[in-house]
Amino acid sequence: MSKTLFDKVWDTHVVRKVENGPDVVFIDRHLVHEVTSPVAFLGLRNRGIGVKYPKKTFATADHNTPTINQHLPVKDPLSANQLKALEDNAKEFGILHWGLGHKKNGVVHVVGPENGIVLPGATIVCGDSHTSTHGAFGAIAFGIGTSEVEMVLASQCIMQPKPKKIQINVNGKLGKGVTPKDVALFIIAQLTTSGGTGYFAEYTGDVFDDMTMEGRMTVCNLSIEMGARGGMIAPDEKTFEYIKGREFTPKGKDWDKAMKYWKTLKTDEDATFDKVINFDAADIEPMITYGTNPGMGIGISQSVPKAKNAMEQEDTFNKSLDYMNFSEDDKMIGKKIDYVFLGSCTNGRIEDFRAFASIVKGRKKANHVTAWLVPGSHIVEDMIKEEGILDILNNAGFELRQPGCSACLAMNDDKVPAGKYSISTSNRNFEGRQGPGSRTLLASPLVAAAAAVTGKITDPRELI
Amino acid sequence: MAYDKFIILKSTAFPLPIENVDTDQIIPARFLKATERKGFGDNLFRDWRYDSDGDQKSNFVLNNPKYSGKILVGGKNFGSGSSREHAAWAVYDFGFRCVISSFFADIFKNNCLNVGVLPVQVSEEFAKKVFDAIEIDPKTEIEVNLEEQKVILLATGETDTFDINGYKKENMLNGFDDIDYLQNINDEIKAFAETRPF
Ligand code: SF4
Repeated sequence: MSKTLFDKVWDTHVVRKVENGPDVVFIDRHLVHEVTSPVAFLGLRNRGIGVKYPKKTFATADHNTPTINQHLPVKDPLSANQLKALEDNAKEFGILHWGLGHKKNGVVHVVGPENGIVLPGATIVCGDSHTSTHGAFGAIAFGIGTSEVEMVLASQCIMQPKPKKIQINVNGKLGKGVTPKDVALFIIAQLTTSGGTGYFAEYTGDVFDDMTMEGRMTVCNLSIEMGARGGMIAPDEKTFEYIKGREFTPKGKDWDKAMKYWKTLKTDEDATFDKVINFDAADIEPMITYGTNPGMGIGISQSVPKAKNAMEQEDTFNKSLDYMNFSEDDKMIGKKIDYVFLGSCTNGRIEDFRAFASIVKGRKKANHVTAWLVPGSHIVEDMIKEEGILDILNNAGFELRQPGCSACLAMNDDKVPAGKYSISTSNRNFEGRQGPGSRTLLASPLVAAAAAVTGKITDPRELI
Repeated sequence: MAYDKFIILKSTAFPLPIENVDTDQIIPARFLKATERKGFGDNLFRDWRYDSDGDQKSNFVLNNPKYSGKILVGGKNFGSGSSREHAAWAVYDFGFRCVISSFFADIFKNNCLNVGVLPVQVSEEFAKKVFDAIEIDPKTEIEVNLEEQKVILLATGETDTFDINGYKKENMLNGFDDIDYLQNINDEIKAFAETRPF
């Protein structure tokens, strides 16, 4: 029978099917961080059981970590306590742990791929919804809750019904200044934040074929923002090139064997999806959000829609605009910006820093703008330095911080004050996401860079 | 960890007719720093419930003394965004045993089922009837019958049905969880693990 890429990977991981119930799915890789794991470890202790496959489990600290002075003790006692709990739990249960200060430390979804923990055809989970990132490698990867973290620690399995499948096809060539982030924000704006619920996506078409691995990660990362559990892209030469030689990638004979299998990982020609959606690359321009969910995005040259044309109910839509202090028909271009955040598991990779630098090069940061430039990992940080990007940033008046989730969810000190506007390359613009009362506009690193040097929303195409 | 059995719940309800309520609103990130599952109910909808001085916002539904009960009725696409199970814990810890909505975000729904909160997905028309009934009488009672997979507005007898997969239903009726199940098939999992290449 013909199968989609998703079917192929899912079906080879089903341990058993429960009658009238979910599948028991075996998990190859379990990523763990400090926020969603302590209660799971506590649960194991209360049940008197251990971690079944500690070698398939990898822990890194990221959500709570400060992005300056990481060599000093963490000031916030609650954050320090969570970081310590992760360290202790990892030690007690024999799990590899890249804590604060470790040279491999960074945002969980950045360090996973960087170190070859993420492989094509694998099943990967983490107590974090952006686990969908790893679908870029042709893996099935999705976020889980803490009860499920405990479940995977205890059994290396998860119990889930098989989701439906949606194919999202984007053909053509992207225009100048249009990045993978814009493609994703465009798709979410078309489908809304619930349009993908119940589905697992496969991205196909020229646009994804042409994309770098970093770009594919950005797109897959944002799958959850349209409600889909995850999204994946069939592995190709670029994928194999990327993973080859990394720390946990199979080597020698194991590599050859794995390659044979990985090359079979594509959707069969006559396989069917539950839903198919087609977009044209030419319709996508640099995007920006104006509201309080990632689906409220428009092309940067457009104006805030009228309530009657919005996807939301009128009350919900108006509440959102009130929060942002925007009005119907407002032009986005020219609005003043107070903060710029470059980073997160969406746009905290080397390619994102290259893009940001390409615009700020030879220009100066706007005086009133506070910019947080936060690499996704130490490995990214090192590349920024080696490639000379740091000099470009410094010359333009920017500083580089240390890796972590930072202002993506503002659990550390990187909080945008109430009422201030922030252009963020992260993934969520929910009320208060970047600090209580903060107002977030999601956009690409290019749009963020253009705002950082002009102090207002600016079409990056004018600065390229 | 097992939770209380869920069989039939008869209760009044709190109405929250807003769409796309995300888990950052249900429990903001700054309250995720605990290492135990305790006290999350105090911070349920923190920034909608309290102002920056910590005073209650009187216009928010959870602060309105008219409303009470173990059922929360939410707008469409309830629980979107972050996968934090803390959101379901906060809902549970506040005293809710059931959330009714015309549409749930996936992970939130799953998390609810894992912690003993029943997500009841009804039709849009029925959701509207529920909101209307509460508006007319904040003390109106709703019955949620898991065995029969039915929600009933007791004042009028209007009823809707809801889906739940048979396995999860058994778990909720008995207060079991998945780990109990998986522990029993340990050997089968072990044999499977040995076939995995990496
Ligand atoms: S960067 Fe943001 S979205 Fe990504 S893992 Fe960290 S908090 Fe979650």
